[in-house]
Amino acid sequence: MSGTSPNAGSPGLTDVLTLTGRHLRHLRRTPEKIISTAMTPVAMVVILGYMFSSVMTIEGGVDFEDYVMAGVYAQVGLTCVGITALGVATDLSKGLIDRFRSLPMGRPAVLVSHTAADMVPAMISMGAVTVVGLLVGWRTDSDPLSILLGFVLLLSFAYAMLWLGALLGMVLRNMEAINGISALVMVLFSFLSSSFMPLNGLPDWLRTIVEWNPASSLSAAVRDLWGNEPAIEESFAVQNALPIAAGSIALLILVLVPTCLRMFRTR
Amino acid sequence: MEIAIQAEGLGKRYGDHQALSGVNLEVRSGTVLGLLGPNGAGKTTTVRILATLLDHDQGHARVAGFDVARDQLEVRRRIGLAGQYAAVDELLTGRENLTMLGKLLKLGKRGAVARTEELLAAFELESAADRPAGTYSGGMRRRLDLAASLISSPTVLFLDEPTTGLDPSSRMVLWQMVRQQVAQGVTVLLTTQYLEEADFLANRIVVFGSGQALAEGTPDELKYKVGGEWLEILLANPQAVPHALSALARVAMAAPVVDDTGRRIHVQLNNRMNAIAASAAALEAIGVEVVEFAMRRPTLDDVFFQLTGAKTGGSTAEEER
Repeated sequence: MSGTSPNAGSPGLTDVLTLTGRHLRHLRRTPEKIISTAMTPVAMVVILGYMFSSVMTIEGGVDFEDYVMAGVYAQVGLTCVGITALGVATDLSKGLIDRFRSLPMGRPAVLVSHTAADMVPAMISMGAVTVVGLLVGWRTDSDPLSILLGFVLLLSFAYAMLWLGALLGMVLRNMEAINGISALVMVLFSFLSSSFMPLNGLPDWLRTIVEWNPASSLSAAVRDLWGNEPAIEESFAVQNALPIAAGSIALLILVLVPTCLRMFRTR
Repeated sequence: MEIAIQAEGLGKRYGDHQALSGVNLEVRSGTVLGLLGPNGAGKTTTVRILATLLDHDQGHARVAGFDVARDQLEVRRRIGLAGQYAAVDELLTGRENLTMLGKLLKLGKRGAVARTEELLAAFELESAADRPAGTYSGGMRRRLDLAASLISSPTVLFLDEPTTGLDPSSRMVLWQMVRQQVAQGVTVLLTTQYLEEADFLANRIVVFGSGQALAEGTPDELKYKVGGEWLEILLANPQAVPHALSALARVAMAAPVVDDTGRRIHVQLNNRMNAIAASAAALEAIGVEVVEFAMRRPTLDDVFFQLTGAKTGGSTAEEER
């Protein structure tokens, strides 16, 4: 009934801004959250880009530290799942969401502001990754527009993952379960992908699965845009990484956002 | 507006569990209705439906003149809700909590700030206003929660177990603050497990049990349903009980009964002063040693235990609480 009510209110900009302000205050008061979010990808840059790159060589004339950077950025996007999931579940476990829901405001505002504010830790993590990446010797070989486009792609992926987190937070509602599942998502999708190594050594069946992992097409597309992609023989999924990545991100957002909003309204 | 809250045949089902069935309520403007009942009786479900947080599947309800299913936005403009667990943002300060809600309630930035200052003063939170709400004591959090529910100056206030877990003095402070709101014309629907809370705050009480309203009335009417006053006599020696019973039977309205301590006798008396004197004289005449001799009135505990089918507490209800 409440889900289809015509007068349920519009997602007013004031509501979104007010609630985004609330989340930004939270972030400012718990800097440890931002630091811990940025720590894993920064460590990955140091471990892969500095330690591993001294022994790893990649066919196709690309340095290992250049190859892995796109994958590390994609991993930042995957860690976003946990950020929003924990935030939403925390709100639900305290009575605060009930209070918001009893106000004459648009209900979408709650989740829209959650995901908007959580882009801040995502961007801070990416900033930290950029600085450390440049320090360990990562260089792009491309024009500014393509580099920018790469970042746009990565940020949209992060945004989609925040909504996946919102869904996870509403479904699981238990902090331990959320921590477990979001860590699994992070490890599974970033390591079963071409993020940190080329796939030419894999058996065909596994290679196909891994190539179609959205994190693979995302990192392949970004590497391509940044001039960090090795010149080797490529399959269909890798050759068309950009449209596949953009398409799957768009699809994720188009499916996740309405699903989350409906679930939040009718819960 | 005469009737602020009206529910007819309200029902709610979760799977095959009927959480609420056929609940009728009517609350006059400016009065307090207490919903009294154990956990799982359907009190919170009722409040959530009336506050538009939950859809019902039977019956209908109007709050502040609007249908809770059809005119949710209009209902939400006129209600305040203070939850079971103090619903405040722990990382924000008291002041930020209230201002945020003021903005969400479209008071505008200036309006939200002004209303915040008003409420901080009214609820004695000024000195703690710039501390994160997470550092507040239980009583302060409830006060902030109550203040938060009043930002929009609602005409109908829902209080879902507002003092659960509070110490007695914080509870009294909160009760006084609720009374102030009622004095200003706010209609309150209160759920509680505490009989004294219902007794203190509510004009009328509905006793809930397994999803139904079992009884309704003023606190006095409900107490009257259990029966009038009775005399309670505690004897020093249990062996003297049969002797005392036969002596008291002559002056009593009904047969005197012994409770499960084996030495405490309850007697219903028909004619107050004379009967008390006659009972005292009868016991004096047979020479039994009396430890306690007192008139007892039924408490809401007695009503509650009788209606919900639990053990009748009698005078020992005081200790069971």
